[in-house]
Amino acid sequence: MTVSSPSPAPSGQPELLRMTGITKGFPGVQAISRGDLTVLSGEIHALVGENGAGKSTLIKVVTGAHTPDRGRVEVGGREIKNSNPNAAYRAGVGVIYQELSLVPALSVRANLFLGRERGRFGGLDATAERAAAIEQFSRLGVDIDPDQPVGELSIARQQLVEIARALLANSRLLIMDEPTAALTPREVGKLFGILASLRSAGHGILFISHRLDEVFQIADRITVMRDGATIGTWPAADLTRGDLIKQMVGRPLEQEFPKVAAQIGEELLTVKNLTGGRVDGVSFSLRRGEVLGLAGLVGAGRTDVARLIFGADPLVSGRIYRNGLPVTISSPRDAIEQGICLLTEDRQGQGLILGLSALENLSLPNLRQFSRRGWLDQSAELSRFKQFVSSLKIRLSSPRQLAGHLSGGNQQKLLIARWLENDAQVIIFDEPTRGIDVGAKYEMYLLINELAARGKAIIVISSELPEILGISDRILVMHEGRVSGEITDLTTATQAQIMELAVG
Amino acid sequence: MSKNKPGGSFNLSMARLLSQYGMLGVLLLLGVFFSLVTIRDQQPTGKAAGTSLAEQIESLVSDRSPEQWPTILILAPGGDDASDFVAALSRQLSDSDITIGATLTGDPLTIREGLQKLSESGTLPGADLMIATQHGFAPIVRNVITEMPIFADAPIQTPQSYRWPTFLLASNLLNVANQIAVIAILAVGMTMVIITAGIDLSVGSLIALSAVAVAGLIGRLGGEGASMGAMVTCGFGAILFTGLIGAFSGLVITRFRVPPFIATLGMMQVASGLAYILSKGRPFYQVPASFVALGRGVDPLLGIPYAVMLMLVLYAAAHLMMSRTALGRYIYAIGGNQEAARLAGVRVKGVLLLVYCLNGMLAGLGGVVMASQLKSGAPTYGLMYELYVIAAVVVGGTSLSGGEGKILGTLIGAFIIAVIQNGMNLTNVESYTQKVVLGLVILGAVLLDRLKQRGMQKRQA
Repeated sequence: MTVSSPSPAPSGQPELLRMTGITKGFPGVQAISRGDLTVLSGEIHALVGENGAGKSTLIKVVTGAHTPDRGRVEVGGREIKNSNPNAAYRAGVGVIYQELSLVPALSVRANLFLGRERGRFGGLDATAERAAAIEQFSRLGVDIDPDQPVGELSIARQQLVEIARALLANSRLLIMDEPTAALTPREVGKLFGILASLRSAGHGILFISHRLDEVFQIADRITVMRDGATIGTWPAADLTRGDLIKQMVGRPLEQEFPKVAAQIGEELLTVKNLTGGRVDGVSFSLRRGEVLGLAGLVGAGRTDVARLIFGADPLVSGRIYRNGLPVTISSPRDAIEQGICLLTEDRQGQGLILGLSALENLSLPNLRQFSRRGWLDQSAELSRFKQFVSSLKIRLSSPRQLAGHLSGGNQQKLLIARWLENDAQVIIFDEPTRGIDVGAKYEMYLLINELAARGKAIIVISSELPEILGISDRILVMHEGRVSGEITDLTTATQAQIMELAVG
Repeated sequence: MSKNKPGGSFNLSMARLLSQYGMLGVLLLLGVFFSLVTIRDQQPTGKAAGTSLAEQIESLVSDRSPEQWPTILILAPGGDDASDFVAALSRQLSDSDITIGATLTGDPLTIREGLQKLSESGTLPGADLMIATQHGFAPIVRNVITEMPIFADAPIQTPQSYRWPTFLLASNLLNVANQIAVIAILAVGMTMVIITAGIDLSVGSLIALSAVAVAGLIGRLGGEGASMGAMVTCGFGAILFTGLIGAFSGLVITRFRVPPFIATLGMMQVASGLAYILSKGRPFYQVPASFVALGRGVDPLLGIPYAVMLMLVLYAAAHLMMSRTALGRYIYAIGGNQEAARLAGVRVKGVLLLVYCLNGMLAGLGGVVMASQLKSGAPTYGLMYELYVIAAVVVGGTSLSGGEGKILGTLIGAFIIAVIQNGMNLTNVESYTQKVVLGLVILGAVLLDRLKQRGMQKRQA
């Protein structure tokens, strides 16, 4: 179908937020060239777009973190001028960021009332706070002990604490930035249940997500941003997935998962009875040219398996074989020498060194080969770098550009280039497409195919079931530290099949 | 953002330029300021004084015919400076065929006796005499000749004074460099430690320990009669010793994951205590006179103190290490993100151990230089030096949160501190006020760093 022109806001429901003609520039960059957005009471509104499309900046204009250059922001019918975080907060805007903003060492209760403590004369009324917390949680239908330290809760439950905190502050409008990125499918289901009930209670929810399935599952209306401008707002029912992708990237994407089966060869990696951390006796083998998917709920031990193989965490027992020979891996250095590499889920926290340049990040594990009698051969380093930049199509302004200034997709490519440079044979991707946009995801899948075709053995850990079904040759599903099942025939495999194995 | 307009990258490169050379600008501004406020009448010394006085005399006599030229009497006190003066003066006067009647050097008594002999011998023309001497010696000469009729009317010529900032005198600049040498040497190691996101509070105590160790060892190995070889051995022994202590701190930090602040706070006490135990609380003085060569000696060819040369060589070596070797890259990587560096295969513990060991050795070297400057080793040396060293690093633009910083920035930072101290001494600011100013400068540097970073973040957003 052709996309209908953006529809005006349905009448009847009161507007919680209206942004008109917003522009915002930073030195050298026009972050938002046209921002128009209306969120109604009693709706779930998705804001989608590629990375760098301006979604976060637009949100920051609502919350008062940025002052717009031009345009008007109204919250609950009243214009907010000289925006600052407090004004938005008092007007009833609650924001739940991707990086949760709770104090881990404090109790749930202390976090809920941080800055708005109940009590008189500087004292705390713990009983009143506890009662209010329990009441709020029961309204959300969750069971969280108000006196537990927040750091002991799972990410999903911490998010619920944030939602409760926003509701306790009488927020009518909830803004959630990628709320499902760190959640398991079951947790996502639960979160969506809560969002739906908030919707019926008259709250408005503005929801940023890269996961289009979820957008269609929960959103009433969808606003698309591209290159700093809002392209339009449509009722979710009027759009197909293909339409939406086309609006986001400005061109149609032929196929989401371009899987090509590579020639599968000899065993490159075998692990037997791997135990350590959450992992309890995991065994499998991996062949040349094979893409092995590792599925399971968050906390099932998938990342732990990767870290054990890579030597990032100590192995309690079990053996690792490379090309059929037993090897000892007690540090990442050992793994790298065995041609095994890991692309961590947390690219910024554990992958890149953001304050170093792209060039320096690329060659960090490979400096030995550029060393001539202790001195770095910087011209050789630079020419190798340029080779990788062009072969992987990494977009950057100069080799000296700081890694922290690259987009998510380019950061991921830089990390891949790092290990290709090192001639890794076994490549483990932990959530390779987390937080990167649709176009870059597609490129990542092509790259994984190409690596397999070049004879690498690949493990992909992913929480996105369509993705893992789309790119794997074989899937192992984990549950509570063990392998609960294996799916070898991908032609008949379904998401339900994986979920059944994942929940045990 | 995906779009990168040329304006943005221009702003970024300007910011980078400022962040790398901003402190150099501050140093230059301070130099200009103290130059302006210390402009005084300066007397030339040594060779320069001789040459300038000769030129002066030449121009005085140039309008007379050579027959009427006066005979010059050169009078000067003893010493190196005076003999340079006399040599330059007499060479140039004889080159211009001006007659030198006599040259007398020594204390006023010797001069008086010499003049007396001259007047008795009657070899001087008597009428056309001119006395050439140094500015500071002129009053004495005047005093002597008033009693001697032959000389009493002779005009006295001294080199002309000139207007020049005391701050900019070569002797003062070398003094600044020499004063800061010990702190600057320690700051090399501290920069590396701070770039790894660590800190080392023990370096002040390590100065004391090293000074005590080197002076004590020399005392054992011959005392005042110790050979050069023995002194060098003792110096290296002390450096090795503090290097081991630095490595021990590194071990505690890496192996047992004790925060560097705490680990080195402990080592600061341990090292200081060891220095007192080794010396039984008294300074070691039994060192040969030649021991001061390192700290006070000046290279005869370049005219630069050895300590300053040592400092410059260390900075050059450390700069190359940090920018051109894998080790340097690892140090930045660890400070930027220790876990990411580990997962990239960097031997984090090994590198950290090495950095703390190197830092200990550099602190030991600083202690040896200080012992040489003061010709003794006492457990009280280096007190509070860790703070000056950290200040030099921070003023030089290295971030205490690690991952960024430049070795040469630290050199500039050390000089900024030295120049401010020296400038305040020259302008007679009292020492209590100096402390306040120095503290404010450190705060200012940190504030500047914050503003700079905030500016960068805004540009990125």
